Amino acid sequence: MKSKNVQIHELAEICRTVRSDIIHMIYKAGSGHPGGSLSSVELLVGLYFGNVIRIDPARPDWDERDRFILSKGHVAPVLYSVLARKGFYDVSELETLRKLGSILQGHPHMAHTPGLDCSGGSLGQGLSVADGLAIAFRMRQKDSRVYCLLGDGELQEGQVWEAVMTAAQHKLDNLCAIVDYNHVQLDGSVESIKDLGDLGQKWKDFGWNVIEINGHDIEEVLRAYKEAEAYKGRPTVIVAETVKGKGVSFMENDCSWHGNVPSEEQYTQALKEIEEGEVR
Amino acid sequence: MEKIPMRDGYGKALLKLIEADKRVIAMDADVAKSTRTVWVREQYPENFIDMGIAEQDMAGTAAGLALGGMIPFATTYCVFLAGRAWDQIRTTICYNNLNVKLAGAHAGISVGADGATHQSLEDVALMRVLPNMTVVVPCDAVETEKATMAIAETEGPCFIRFGREAVPVVTDADTPFILGKANVLREGNDVTLFANGAMVYEGLQAAEQLKKEGIDLMVVNLHTVKPLDTDTVMRAASHTGRVITAEEHQIAGGMGSAVAEYLAENCPVPVKRIGIKDSFGESGKPEELMEKYGLTAADICAAARALCK
Repeated sequence: MKSKNVQIHELAEICRTVRSDIIHMIYKAGSGHPGGSLSSVELLVGLYFGNVIRIDPARPDWDERDRFILSKGHVAPVLYSVLARKGFYDVSELETLRKLGSILQGHPHMAHTPGLDCSGGSLGQGLSVADGLAIAFRMRQKDSRVYCLLGDGELQEGQVWEAVMTAAQHKLDNLCAIVDYNHVQLDGSVESIKDLGDLGQKWKDFGWNVIEINGHDIEEVLRAYKEAEAYKGRPTVIVAETVKGKGVSFMENDCSWHGNVPSEEQYTQALKEIEEGEVR
Repeated sequence: MEKIPMRDGYGKALLKLIEADKRVIAMDADVAKSTRTVWVREQYPENFIDMGIAEQDMAGTAAGLALGGMIPFATTYCVFLAGRAWDQIRTTICYNNLNVKLAGAHAGISVGADGATHQSLEDVALMRVLPNMTVVVPCDAVETEKATMAIAETEGPCFIRFGREAVPVVTDADTPFILGKANVLREGNDVTLFANGAMVYEGLQAAEQLKKEGIDLMVVNLHTVKPLDTDTVMRAASHTGRVITAEEHQIAGGMGSAVAEYLAENCPVPVKRIGIKDSFGESGKPEELMEKYGLTAADICAAARALCK
């Protein structure tokens, strides 16, 4: 259920906790993707703790719930932390990430993890799934909404643009896509590999309502979700300008931290920076 | 014998299914007239979605529809469905074990003049290796209708493939069809033929010819490739001690491989596989291609004779 009266500073504290979880989980697991997890923190905390997505942790399969599709599946740690902190499962499960028998697979799998609405990991596929859900809800006259988080590098996958056209064609205003525009992919900067050009304009040209925000400003994030929900007649995309590795100085804007594990020393430093970082 | 394209059976089944259950959705990728989903568009436009020329998106959207409580039938030319959308079928549909139905039309070399780009000869192999997937290859229009109804009632991902051409109707309304249960169309003592799709008719023709030569051919319609009816495969193979498989597909990876894999481990007998032998097709009339690529009753007869020498 939606919780009421969320205070901004509370959300900022949750973001701090989630960032610490991400570093801790990946350090314990010995592998994982910190960069894109850290850049998506405010986007997911806003969605799950900001009175936006309609869910009930006690009933993960509740038919009337909204859906969240993590298309950039490699940032599973941020979602796993958010779902644990939301109460879908015990926080102690985070220690088991990527280990044999864990409910937390390296990339999301809905059958393993309460609160997941789909698998993800093979990039470019999530928005099509979100489209199908949004169409199904409309056919069944349900008011559930669908959210889908995509990476910017992921937009190089052609299927994304097929799905973008499908959503526009069907005027899926119960769908909200979010692009974590952190400008860095595994091999380097997005601009140096396959530039996205004027990204907001691209989505506009494809028939979407576009909201461009600072993806680390939790107030802007919340405002964008509200605006997306209110917008009728077209699907909305939130293009969120973010920093890859946000909150850990040596990870920020560095593609080598797309999928890398901190040493013990780096782990301690990262947690310290997150702990001491600015909170609004 | 009456000839009807199998896709007519598919289209008829869709109409029946939607009449009974409005959760059934026919999806197509811009070939609705060819696949007969156009019949749904005409009669139940609310239950039809044309995804445009975007097979990967169609597979993903079908997954979303299934997650949202609908029963999608994602339909297009077989080669573009099983091939182009394979990763979507694997990772989004099968990994999540979603209730998505996939229908591949214009399968096999008999699609004819369009040539190799459009001749799906690898799809059964591609679908058969996927966990959670059911794979069905019906033999005529009547069976295609039954098979389509059957996969709608089976929870989980299912793949059905059928050809373009009008083919002889060898089954009728009373012929039993149970998913996963092979149909013994003709008992025999010397050689077992496991066939599916259009090769079932060829097999029945071959049995008549071989009878005159004193070879008694058992003809088994192995319409469900996965799950394999191992009981029937075992019984038939151990009874005759000689096996032929025949399908409009590469001999590698398809139904013949499924049978050979099972028999090699459980009942090793001589096996000859009839199918496309590691090559691409080409343009031509369907019957010319079936002959050139060794997919006729005469080819089955030759294989049986060789096994009985």
